[in-house]
Amino acid sequence: MILPTRFYIKVCAALFALLALTWGLAYVDLGSLNLGIAMGISIAKAVLIMLFFMHVRDSGRLVQLVACAGFFWLLILLGLAMSDYQSRGWVPTRRPDLSQSHPASKGEVPRGL
Amino acid sequence: MSEKSAAVAHQFETIEQQREAATLGMWVFLATEVLFFGGLFMGYTYTRWSYPYTFEQASHHLDATIGGINTAVLLLSSLMMALAVKSAQLGKRKPLVTYLLLTALLGMVFLGFKALEYHEDYVDHIVPGIRGFNFEGGSPRHAELFFWIYFAMTGLHAIHVTAGIIVITVMAVLAWRRSFSSEHFMSVEVTGLYWHFVDIVWVFLFPLLYLAGHR
Repeated sequence: MILPTRFYIKVCAALFALLALTWGLAYVDLGSLNLGIAMGISIAKAVLIMLFFMHVRDSGRLVQLVACAGFFWLLILLGLAMSDYQSRGWVPTRRPDLSQSHPASKGEVPRGL
Repeated sequence: MSEKSAAVAHQFETIEQQREAATLGMWVFLATEVLFFGGLFMGYTYTRWSYPYTFEQASHHLDATIGGINTAVLLLSSLMMALAVKSAQLGKRKPLVTYLLLTALLGMVFLGFKALEYHEDYVDHIVPGIRGFNFEGGSPRHAELFFWIYFAMTGLHAIHVTAGIIVITVMAVLAWRRSFSSEHFMSVEVTGLYWHFVDIVWVFLFPLLYLAGHR
């Protein structure tokens, strides 16, 4: 399937608009929403590139499945690893006070330790 | 079977089957690439989650203007690559060569800006392990972690861009020598998939590394 040149240019224009949006929003303080919105815009850009530049929309089911698989595994990697770190300390244990006993780290005490 | 064209290798029945197999092979490779970069994204996520304040301070030190321009350069190069594949589909040789060379050129512009930026980082003593790392604000040890991750992620990405430029240049030479036709252009299409993937990686690196600390 051959897509018209104007269509590719429109996709690229949309990508530039999203780039401008993410760049501009970075200077607005939205608290913890900043990261979520920035990632949402990046995902939208990636989906546009995959669907139209990489022709995933017009590919067979098998290619579409494999194209999603890598990102699905990445979510498993991030999800399981972060749920481990996040849930450490939920079960109370005796642990050393790192803010006192760690003179080398003059600054933040890592979370989840 | 007898009317199989010369572009179809002997193990395939039709040109469509051959095309689908090549595309699928590239996507399997790209899935492994997602996880190759994924390890670094995991490291980024954990470290930023652990030291959010220092990460924002360190991120603020990066040049968001160069990072943003480079994002635009890569997006534009992706458009050039998409138009190259379209020219290949239509069997137009000269536009194919031109668009491939433009893609490679924009890739080199990207690397040029990256080199400029790395040089600034070198002068500013924020390259971990070289010339004595020195960072004011936040906690220096954890800022150093941020810059390790920054150099690992952008470095691995730059290696991918370099490989892409080499392959695209080879494709341009092959196209110039009339190696492709509107039937047989799989190498161009598969190279395009790889280049767009490299673009997608940067689409995530730009906000995560450059824009984390600007608000």
